Amino acid sequence: MTVDFLDELKENGRKTVYDPSLKNEDILIDIQNFRLFYGEKQALFDINMPIPMGKVTALIGPSGCGKSTLLRSMNRLNDLLDNVRIEGDILLDGESIYDKSVDLSELRKKMGMVAQKPNPFPMSIFDNVVYPLKIAGVKKRSILEEVCERSLVYAGLWDEVKDRLRDNAFGLSGGQQQRLCIARAIAPEPEVILMDEPCSALDPIATYKIEELILSLREKYTVVIVTHNMQQAARVSDFTAFMYMGYLIEYGNTIDIFKKPRVKETEDYITGRFG
Amino acid sequence: MSKFARKNYKIFFKSKGEPMLWLTGGGLIAALLMIGLLLLLVIKNGMGTFWPDPITHFELKSGDKLMGEVTKIEYFKLPQEKITLLTEQDRNRIEKNSGREKRFLLRIGNFELTNEHFKWVSEFEIAKITYPEDAMILERLEWGRFYGFPKEFRIDGKVVATDMKSIMKNYEEYHSKVRYLWSEKVEIEKKEIGKLNHKIEKERLKLKEAKLNLQKAIDSNDQDRIKTAQEKYERAEKDFNLFTQWSKKEYDNYVKKIDDLKKNYEKYAIKFVTSDGKEKEIKLFEIVRSYQANALSFWDKTMIYFGRWVEFQTDHPREANSEGGVFPAIFGTVVMTLLMSLFVVPFGVIAAIYMKEYAKSGKIISILRIAINNLAGVPSIVYGVFGLGFFAYTIGASIDQLFYEAKLPNPTFGTGGILWASLTLALLTLPVVIVATEEAINAVPNSLREGSYACGATKWQTIRNIVLPRAMPGIMTGFILSMSRGAGEVAPLMLTGAVKLAPEMPVDSIYPFVHLERSFMHLGFHIYDLGFQSQNSDAAIPMVYTTTLLLITIVVLLNVMAIYIRNRLRKKFIGSVF
Repeated sequence: MTVDFLDELKENGRKTVYDPSLKNEDILIDIQNFRLFYGEKQALFDINMPIPMGKVTALIGPSGCGKSTLLRSMNRLNDLLDNVRIEGDILLDGESIYDKSVDLSELRKKMGMVAQKPNPFPMSIFDNVVYPLKIAGVKKRSILEEVCERSLVYAGLWDEVKDRLRDNAFGLSGGQQQRLCIARAIAPEPEVILMDEPCSALDPIATYKIEELILSLREKYTVVIVTHNMQQAARVSDFTAFMYMGYLIEYGNTIDIFKKPRVKETEDYITGRFG
Repeated sequence: MSKFARKNYKIFFKSKGEPMLWLTGGGLIAALLMIGLLLLLVIKNGMGTFWPDPITHFELKSGDKLMGEVTKIEYFKLPQEKITLLTEQDRNRIEKNSGREKRFLLRIGNFELTNEHFKWVSEFEIAKITYPEDAMILERLEWGRFYGFPKEFRIDGKVVATDMKSIMKNYEEYHSKVRYLWSEKVEIEKKEIGKLNHKIEKERLKLKEAKLNLQKAIDSNDQDRIKTAQEKYERAEKDFNLFTQWSKKEYDNYVKKIDDLKKNYEKYAIKFVTSDGKEKEIKLFEIVRSYQANALSFWDKTMIYFGRWVEFQTDHPREANSEGGVFPAIFGTVVMTLLMSLFVVPFGVIAAIYMKEYAKSGKIISILRIAINNLAGVPSIVYGVFGLGFFAYTIGASIDQLFYEAKLPNPTFGTGGILWASLTLALLTLPVVIVATEEAINAVPNSLREGSYACGATKWQTIRNIVLPRAMPGIMTGFILSMSRGAGEVAPLMLTGAVKLAPEMPVDSIYPFVHLERSFMHLGFHIYDLGFQSQNSDAAIPMVYTTTLLLITIVVLLNVMAIYIRNRLRKKFIGSVF
């Protein structure tokens, strides 16, 4: 990456290069002129990004480029930090998620999230899976049991844990824990699943299983995944967005991005020349 | 010479750091050694107190005869002019010991005859030392120990046995029966008459209250009110008179019962002869424990040893606390410590949750945190003064004004009591709990919180379901630390309710069963009292060690319990760490 490019970015901002094929997709999440500040420091610059429904969208880019920040803006997890300020808007199903009337619990139930490290809660496997329902006030045992089984089956964990649902979730291996977290994320029937580098703490076999799972999730959910691993992005995603220094540089069909990137910087990054 | 050889000491010191290993390890060993020595001292002296010593009989050159237990042997410097007065044999021995002479501290007991509990005997005074088999040690209800030879067993003044064997046979036959009757009498005195006294007090207070109400009504000048109050007072007076008649009858009943029991057990007695030939009749019921110290087998000694331990832990104190047990003190210590934990843990945890989870971190919170940490450095006696002034004299006095007016000027809550003592200690240990809880909450990974929020949980749901369970083991650590600190604290208790001898325990069978206003006994205070306030300090000091050992054991036991719970929580809530 040349110095000129950095200067240009800082001075003039950057117009994102889009793939025209995006126009044919149904858009579920529409990020519009989104800017985010940590105190004085601006972390995201004028992001415009339509995310298609029922597809897997990958966010790639070097460390600190803002991809996790963007992901966490989609379920408003950044609200927890004291000095965050945003401009612009994000629409879900055509409605602003930053509107004052939005109930955060409802929003987050529609946006299941899987974190970087597996973060099972200090409770049993069963309680972990139905946690989102329990805090929403669902008490009926039969419903909880049904949801638990369905989510675990979907996450491909049912056969491994069905005999020890009462056991502590910490007894599971790292990969199992991550699939448990995915089961937890899909338990309340969300529309979107946000994944923040879900495989970075896992071994190759566990990673493989999670990737399989992501591919099967596509049938039912819209998935947005942040990843450092470009092969992974190429394997699991339909669309890929390349971010750099808080800007969205290029966004389009995954095959295009990896085979014939339109922007030189994207090419530099995916061929490993920087990053 | 190798290229890498040590060039000078300075570089070696910095690069290898091994002197630092010695320094740090040495520091640890010094600390461990001091703790170990302290524990060893306490255990050695504490464990030995109850082992039965032999009875030593000294015949002195002056013709006096002394008998008792040797409790201490030491050497002392004898002045030269005294040495010259001694026999040659003694002089030689003293010279061999470079001018120092051996002396024995003899527990001679028989206080009502000798007016002394202990006596020093120097070796040059002694003509002969024997260990008579017939000699007996008696632990009695009053006057301390007795050393003597049994001569006669008497029932109703009639002599039934005169030789050692039949005296002992009679003793064994009647002693437990007599002690049982005596304990029944004590039971009636304490429980039944105690209950009756409480009832009388209650009725008296009812009458007084009616009188106070009447007075108030008269002051208000409201005719209707005066009339009803007057009627009520008259009714109360009538009730009281009826009750007094009934209670008098009841009381007489009890007195008669006691007299019957007394008649039954007071007729048994043994006549003893002391080493200097004095005779003394001792009633059988007064004897708590007796044995022929010089005729004991190892097994007998062991039984006596454990018997004394059991008595120590289950009985009430006698003889200004230097004899008998410390059960009320154990009970007071445990109840006070648990009450304290009951107050301090919720308060501390709530405060820490606010500071860590809700408050925005900034200057005010930092100042607050420093202030809380500094609270731990305030001398505990200051807390005691505060507890007495604020809890007892302010809050307690107000409670008395509101609810116990009839009892005034006698304070109920307006003086030291177990409630105020545990609240004071709760205040004292609050910083420990807050700091430990804050650290535990700090250690909860943020990813768990975010995970919970991402599931749609509110802040409180996250705290309750995720943060608190996960922090629980750390909170338990704070609880354990506060408990240890609280159980060992004495100074504030002296002001807020611990007493030398509490006639009634804070929990008993009289309604409402838990009496938080009562003063209580505490092992820590008991140790202070034995060691520094006792009349008979030579007898009390071994008990100091034993009581200390007991207090340490109780603290350790409480801790072990808490640690067990903590480890279970840890397994449940933390498991493998990611």
